[in-house]
Amino acid sequence: MSESPRRESPLAGVGSQPVVGDAATVRLAERPFRGQLNLRGDVASPTFVDAVTGVLGGPLPVQPNTVADHGEVRIFWLGPDEWLIITPEGAGSDLKTVLQKALEGIHFALSDVSSGQTTLVVSGPDAGSLLSKSCTLDLHPRAFAPGQCAQTLLAGSTVLLSRLDRAHGPEFELVVRRSFADYLWRCLADGAEEYQPA
Amino acid sequence: MLQIDCPWCGPRDETEFSYGGEAHIVRPSDPDATSDEAWADYLFMRTNPRGRHAEQWCHAHGCRRWFNVVRDTVSYRIEAVYRIGGQGPGGSHDPA
Repeated sequence: MSESPRRESPLAGVGSQPVVGDAATVRLAERPFRGQLNLRGDVASPTFVDAVTGVLGGPLPVQPNTVADHGEVRIFWLGPDEWLIITPEGAGSDLKTVLQKALEGIHFALSDVSSGQTTLVVSGPDAGSLLSKSCTLDLHPRAFAPGQCAQTLLAGSTVLLSRLDRAHGPEFELVVRRSFADYLWRCLADGAEEYQPA
Repeated sequence: MLQIDCPWCGPRDETEFSYGGEAHIVRPSDPDATSDEAWADYLFMRTNPRGRHAEQWCHAHGCRRWFNVVRDTVSYRIEAVYRIGGQGPGGSHDPA
């Protein structure tokens, strides 16, 4: 019996259960199924820069560990010649096609990594303290402000960490490998227990 | 634990990095014409200094770039960090 293909978040099973209640000062959530493209190219080449800027509607972040937002598309600096482009759900493959077309004849590499990674969101007034339990970076807004990102280790797994502060308080996005998502979620949920009012 | 100043990302903990051995080793330009002894020397023989040592590190859990570090093997003090192709202290650099 054949079934039609379906997608499943790596957190299917754990992610749907509310770990911390609404009253908690830390909340965990997942932003699944977003389009994620890994782009590599030479920023010293004006043809590459112009083509990418034209498609994305703005420049690539060239400062190490920064993020650029162009409309609904977020671009993370991963390395001096490497970026991660995150699009809303369903927009990844279209953007890939457009970028590939615009970059034709230019030296570049573009891979769709959407299904290999997912995004965890840690928000609330104590979000920074929760992450600091297992991360050696200084997450104080003075040292790690919105617009910055960092690839680092969190509880032993590689994550791409960024800060997106909202009106209701700090919010951190963690882009993690699919295979680490379940472990990291459980780890964070365990660490978040103390922020749950009794 | 060492704190290493990645030339791209800034100071990070040693756990984010991987070690790549001695830096500035030149591959013989014509391996066929190289004697077994010289080839073995290139492949296996490394200096083991007491003191300053130029070595390669990779920011494995960060930007994944290789770079060079000059570290004192006695005190573990890092004297300099420079990108691949950059100039280290005392004029040490990667082969062209």
